[in-house]
Amino acid sequence: MISENKKTLAARYGMSIDVDRCNGCGSCMVACAVENNVPPANANATDRTGLTWIRVFKVDNGLEGADRRSAFIPLLCQHCGHDAPCVSVCPQQAVDIDPATGVVGQMPERCLGCRYCMTACPYHARYFNWWDPAWPAGMEKTLNPDVAPRMRGVVEKCNFCHGRWHAAKAKTAAEGNTAIDPGDYMPACVEACPTGAIQFGDLNDSSSLVARNARRAESFRLLESIGTDPKIHYRSTKAWVRDTAHPPRPGKENARG
Amino acid sequence: MVKTVTRFDREFLTRGVRRGSAPQFMLWLLPWFALLALGIYSAGLCLVKGLNQTNMDNRYAFGLWIFVDLTIIALGAGAFFTGFLLYILKFKELKAVINSAVVIGVVCYSGAMAALMVDVGQPLRAWFTFWYPNVHSMLTEVTFCISCYLTVLLIEYLPILLKNRKLRDVPSFLVFEFELHKLIYVLAGVGTFLSFFHQGSLGGLYGVLRGRPFAFREGIFVWPSTFFLFILSAAAVGPSFLIFTTWLVEKLSGKRLVKDRVFDLLARISGLLLSVYVLAKALDTIIWINRTSPSLGFEASQYYGWQPFGTWILFAEIVGCGLVPAVILLVPRLRARRAWLIPAAMLACAGVALNRYVQTVQTLALPTLSFDKFLSYTPSWQETGTFLGVLAYGVIVYSFSFRYFRLFPEERELKLEVRPEQQEEPVLAGRF
Repeated sequence: MISENKKTLAARYGMSIDVDRCNGCGSCMVACAVENNVPPANANATDRTGLTWIRVFKVDNGLEGADRRSAFIPLLCQHCGHDAPCVSVCPQQAVDIDPATGVVGQMPERCLGCRYCMTACPYHARYFNWWDPAWPAGMEKTLNPDVAPRMRGVVEKCNFCHGRWHAAKAKTAAEGNTAIDPGDYMPACVEACPTGAIQFGDLNDSSSLVARNARRAESFRLLESIGTDPKIHYRSTKAWVRDTAHPPRPGKENARG
Repeated sequence: MVKTVTRFDREFLTRGVRRGSAPQFMLWLLPWFALLALGIYSAGLCLVKGLNQTNMDNRYAFGLWIFVDLTIIALGAGAFFTGFLLYILKFKELKAVINSAVVIGVVCYSGAMAALMVDVGQPLRAWFTFWYPNVHSMLTEVTFCISCYLTVLLIEYLPILLKNRKLRDVPSFLVFEFELHKLIYVLAGVGTFLSFFHQGSLGGLYGVLRGRPFAFREGIFVWPSTFFLFILSAAAVGPSFLIFTTWLVEKLSGKRLVKDRVFDLLARISGLLLSVYVLAKALDTIIWINRTSPSLGFEASQYYGWQPFGTWILFAEIVGCGLVPAVILLVPRLRARRAWLIPAAMLACAGVALNRYVQTVQTLALPTLSFDKFLSYTPSWQETGTFLGVLAYGVIVYSFSFRYFRLFPEERELKLEVRPEQQEEPVLAGRF
């Protein structure tokens, strides 16, 4: 699977997130949950047992009083490139990288629920279904028919709204085209962001907005030093925000998440 | 009722050795059965209601059970390593403990498998690993090897079971046992091969995690250094655990079960391997601190700034529970005395448990992102209950095996031997 990814990809979808624009409203989280049939949290769930494919972390510069500055970092699956930590560890090939899109996929139907992939992920972007999914009475009518809800005991994570990709592919084929029009495929979080902080597109297309943003000097990726080649590019004009991409510093309770 | 049980019990008791009465035995088993019932209830809750019954979470995805699995499989390594020494390297003295080692192996491996089945979110999909194996995953290797080796252990356990005085009355059992015995060298060889691999792949389980620089290690070809360190540490503490369990059974039963030279031989083997392991582990730690971790952008010093996991844990593992027991086990005068031998064996076992704890629990507690938090985790009563159930299962299986099967062939001989209090048996017999 990894070797497949090393070939030239037809597309390499990724994101560019402008941290300076993100106001932490959480619209992306809500839109993601609605689009992907992520169930409401169980009454006993905590912030460590809940389900959300994208989570907005609040970080600060560590100073007090008037010097204190805050920023919001939306954290989702980073869709690592080569050596994606979660792909090689899954004992039953329930995790793969789609060579056509570069998207790291998760097959809940094949997942054993061993959670080895969660242990392997340095971004903590994978979530386990600790409870049976349940929606309040009547709310099941709002479920997205294009996305299968997951059962208890399996892992799930962001897949760049795979249902939308399928719809875009079907539309492209119906129109007799081979390449998906960028306007036809946009994940729900990108669409919902009120400040336009999240951009999505093909990183292989050097003229795309996302690829151009990824090349900007203020662009950074989380934990680049471990060599996972993530496809989520963040950017900020503030140096202290860019510093959050580095590993934690010794003995310091870091920028509060 | 009691009379019937007693008569039935006597018919199955091993010939030539003395065991407590049936009521005494039942009294001994009672608390363990109570714990087993608690374990079954706890595991049942996790299976029926889901893993929300545990205190694991999205960040602490592995908990008590994985730590226990890794530890008991290392301690159970005495089974394969004693088999390897006895049947392949011809250390005949170890015949005195091989049956006990096999039972410990069966208990440890089957207990670990049971805990693993509760630990996964979809236990009914366990067969998927065999159907859609990912050959790149260390967990695939672990699943294959442990399943196969447990089968080998169960086959090795059969001759011990079929040698029971009552079961021997069935001629076909006797023939079957005789035929099985012919296979023992093949089984020992296969068991050794499988064990080397799964002990190693259990080490590789964390060693390959590039995203967890605290656990990640460089290695040879596809195997990280932890692959080899786990094999070595398991082989080193397997004999120590055998020393400890044999001594414990001697104390509990009030009988001598093996000659001193067997303890001595096991101690020498354990001491030698432990010293090699300590050397290798120290070297690995130096490379990891100076090269592996910094190359991933993580200064190793940061790991030990998060309390309570200070550098003390590293020293406790390598020096306190590694070097110290290795020295004791290697010095003939020290290992000849139980007062030194048993604590040294216990320290060695504690060392391997600490190593597995560091690999599993400390790895997950440490933050990887700068806006991450240092995490803590305490197992729920359901997790603890399941673990206690596995422990109770082990004690029950071993107790039954000790009572009804000949786990220590030298026991009958030693029963007749009057041991002078002052005169010590020569301890330098044997090889090495």
